[in-house]
Amino acid sequence: MKYTEDHEWLSLDGDVVTVGITDHAQEQLGDIVFIELPEVGTQVSKGDEIVVIESVKAASDITAPLDGEIVEVNEAIVENPASVNEDAEGSAWFFKVKVEGTAQLDDYLDEDAYKDLIG
Amino acid sequence: MADLKTTPLHALHLELGARMVPFAGYEMPVQYAIGVMKEHQHTRAAAGLFDVSHMGQVLLTGSQAAAELESLVPQSILGLDEGRQRYAFFTDSNGGILDDLMVANRGDDFFVVVNAACKEDDIAHLRSGLTLTEVTEVTDRALIALQGPAAEAALSRIVPVTDMGFMSVATLPSPFGGLWISRSGYTGEDGFEISVQEGQAEAFARALLEMEEVEPIGLGARDSLRLEAGLCLYGHDIDTTTDPVQANLTWAIQKVRRPSGSRSGGYPGDGVIGRKLSAAEVDLDDARRVGLIPEGRAPMREGVILFEAEDAALPVGRVTSGAFGPTVGHPISMGYVPARLSAVDTRLWGEVRGKRLPVRVAALPFRPATYKR
Repeated sequence: MKYTEDHEWLSLDGDVVTVGITDHAQEQLGDIVFIELPEVGTQVSKGDEIVVIESVKAASDITAPLDGEIVEVNEAIVENPASVNEDAEGSAWFFKVKVEGTAQLDDYLDEDAYKDLIG
Repeated sequence: MADLKTTPLHALHLELGARMVPFAGYEMPVQYAIGVMKEHQHTRAAAGLFDVSHMGQVLLTGSQAAAELESLVPQSILGLDEGRQRYAFFTDSNGGILDDLMVANRGDDFFVVVNAACKEDDIAHLRSGLTLTEVTEVTDRALIALQGPAAEAALSRIVPVTDMGFMSVATLPSPFGGLWISRSGYTGEDGFEISVQEGQAEAFARALLEMEEVEPIGLGARDSLRLEAGLCLYGHDIDTTTDPVQANLTWAIQKVRRPSGSRSGGYPGDGVIGRKLSAAEVDLDDARRVGLIPEGRAPMREGVILFEAEDAALPVGRVTSGAFGPTVGHPISMGYVPARLSAVDTRLWGEVRGKRLPVRVAALPFRPATYKR
């Protein structure tokens, strides 16, 4: 598992990376009431704003952590946004992105470094 | 958070794990551990305790207090019976709203509660407008709201409030000193607002919070509760650019103060407001505050611009408050649109993150109030 400084988690399986937000992130956001996911097939570049999350407090974006193609999105969290508050690092993943080469992941934090980041 | 004022319940908020934020010059709890959504739902299901001590508490004393206050508000104050409270607003010479407030006739004086952000201006406005009346800011009392279906049962364990009706007021002795109680609030729920001596405030709040049905509630849930109840937040849904007709608050102007009433006019902006109240035909281009329900799930928050059609070039209005409504289970907003577009079910478009999304005009409140009549 890798982590971004924007509080996303990345889990690699072959050339497909599953992306979600961390438990810390959902705690900071508060109760989540709306999620908009990208369409399957979209080509994304690192830094693109591809997900919108609205909590009871505010709207925030999630950016693509990697270059690649969106191959699957988790419609269950669109139907039930509150599930992200319950299981952010498990069943409530956001999208899967197929990447060209996994070297892109090397830039990101490991679990210890992420824990240091959130203190 | 330097330079921010605190309320008598500040230490208790910290002990309860509140997340504190700056609000109207005060450091206030926006939420506690259970979070905004559960706090909202708890208030609708049982009882929520809110610290509203940042609001201004003012006493008006003197035989001319009611008559003089009528020179600043379009409400009937002379007609407000002893033991009763009324919603009112200060208007300016253009008919705009300077602040909204609660006025209670306590017999010996009038007790006024104003918004925190406006209180200094309001007190100055009262002092200059009420020359024969003593205007005293109450600075040694906290103000606590207890709201929800279990509020009566909870407060009754401390003082006898069961016989109080909606918008009645009473001063009652208690183990926490004299409590100035009104049966009112700003959540759409039955409940009470209680003014208590600052030295007794924490003990009083603790006594309530020890009860099974009572949870502390922050400003976050207070905002979603009042929005579901269709109630205006000053500085957002109403301000000096909106008059009471535009703001859909004409229900709060009693007949006696309207054109052809026996005490019509005589308040700032009476010309503008009076003309609109007596107009034979509504000006269809004049703005109206309306409820709005987005057709999709994306909340339309304050600042979202409204259009008459998906491809219209020019906006017709804007959202002034918007959030997810936990009790109604979908996003809700309030905003201003021209009167011609204010009928319930009118379809409009709100621009969210560059996309035009459909939204319908809806009746207010979004959730019916449960006041004890």
